Amino acid sequence: MRIYAVLIYIFLYFPIMLIVGFSFNAGRYAMSWQGFSLAWYGKAFSNPLILQALGTSLLIAFTTANLSAIIGTMTALGLERVRGRTRQIYDALLYIAIMVPGIVIGISTLIAFVTLFGMVNPILQSAWNIKIEMGVWTVIAAHVLFNLAVVCFLVRARLTGMDRSLVEASEDLYASPWGTFRQVVLPLLMPSILAGLLLSFTFSFEDFIITFFVAGPNVTLPIYVFSSIRRGVTPEINAVGTVVLMTSLILLFAAQFILQRSIKQTTRSPLENVKPL
Amino acid sequence: MTDARHSRSLTAALLAPAGVFLFFLLVLPLAVMVIYSFGLRAPEGGYQAAFTFDNYLNLPARSKAFTNTLLLAPLATLLTVLLAYPMAYFLAVRTSSRWRNTLLVMVMAPFWTSQLLRYYAWMMILGSKGIPGWLAWIGIGDVQLLNTPYAILIGGVYGYLPLMVPPIFVSLEKLDKRLLEASADLGARPLATFMQVTLPLSLPGVATGSMLVFILLMGDYILPQFLGGGKVYFIGNALVDLFLQSRNWPFGAAVSVALVFIMFITMYLYMRFVLGRGDQRRAVMV
Repeated sequence: MRIYAVLIYIFLYFPIMLIVGFSFNAGRYAMSWQGFSLAWYGKAFSNPLILQALGTSLLIAFTTANLSAIIGTMTALGLERVRGRTRQIYDALLYIAIMVPGIVIGISTLIAFVTLFGMVNPILQSAWNIKIEMGVWTVIAAHVLFNLAVVCFLVRARLTGMDRSLVEASEDLYASPWGTFRQVVLPLLMPSILAGLLLSFTFSFEDFIITFFVAGPNVTLPIYVFSSIRRGVTPEINAVGTVVLMTSLILLFAAQFILQRSIKQTTRSPLENVKPL
Repeated sequence: MTDARHSRSLTAALLAPAGVFLFFLLVLPLAVMVIYSFGLRAPEGGYQAAFTFDNYLNLPARSKAFTNTLLLAPLATLLTVLLAYPMAYFLAVRTSSRWRNTLLVMVMAPFWTSQLLRYYAWMMILGSKGIPGWLAWIGIGDVQLLNTPYAILIGGVYGYLPLMVPPIFVSLEKLDKRLLEASADLGARPLATFMQVTLPLSLPGVATGSMLVFILLMGDYILPQFLGGGKVYFIGNALVDLFLQSRNWPFGAAVSVALVFIMFITMYLYMRFVLGRGDQRRAVMV
């Protein structure tokens, strides 16, 4: 049984380790080791195309993560306050937002935006001589859709486990609703919000398929990686890939650590009876 | 009175931003796609308004993509279940609670890292200098893995194992251990206990994981693109081709609608037969 588990971990991590390993390869061909070298890191991080793609990806991921965390949390709080039809519709749509595959989101967003721009642009052009196009903002919008649903689910799991008596205690002590929110509710939700923020960042930073359709002429890091793999690989990709893989693994374990610690803290508190996520 | 109104406008303000996103980036695009699927391809590519069922009647033109997807996605899902179950069992039953969560996160983590890079790694492993090269070295020559259905199956299992383990783990972990003791007390052998108690009680977890993995596999693009190399392609590859190469948007829209339709049927069957019977809702969330 234990051997089986070890084999599964090897199966899961061997391909990742392979990329890391070959990023230090002196030779330029995949799968043939020519000795240790850091040359590809130097090449990758002095390549202006890679640096520009990295910048675009960071901008998109950073904005997406923050917007998703804020809007997702607002939605979770709002849904606590409604019952009936509104709640059912939101639940269903948030669920669909997570389940519909990226390729369908990408395509449908593309055709909807192209249609919308086709109708709006002639008016904008004649009135103010401007026009709207696909770009970084369309990528962010499409990413936020998925990630706000993820954040919302995480925050709601925490809200349902939250002890109402803490809120009541705060109100009994004459805290204003805003004060209760800021000093009681928000700190309790913070671990879920932070975990959601980190997950959104990783998702957005690594998304290829949605971005592929709605990015317009912009090149993000995954798009750059995709096209270099298609053209026949340059070993720079291994170096870039290593940095990307390690960053996302660190962010993921950080998200997990935050969630885990918060569960321990809250279950230790005698005031609460929190059901962990 | 003013308090109630104040509270209602606060609720509306909290829900409004998500409403805007859900409407403009989910409901509206999906609706536009359905409308397009009844239209005609404009001569220069794109969309021309019309009302015709031709795009749907024309779906068999992409039957290869549909049959590949509908054969390989379920098969890969089944293989993933077979590999994931023992792993989930190990994590839920045979690990100390101290390490359990860390070990589970280590299984899940690869799923959240770049799909592109992980399948690129498999391109190297399955390519001529990878496994086939090693096999040739020990005397088994002429093995082709990359660009075959086998590559897609291996990649599918690799890609979605991290997503299959958690739901099965959840269903095994919350299984009442007293049932197992009762079964043993009544003289059942371990295997019989497993077959008659553990396995049936963990099936909802298996179903949840399978639904998730099956739906994601059906919509996959990078897996067949990298490991099928254009020879074994999925609906996703047909879609990219239709939208970006041949620019036949209405036909592409019809293919997308068909794909989403198959997914909804899967979800419906799942909800009907699994959620309807027990409360597994929480297990859906990874």
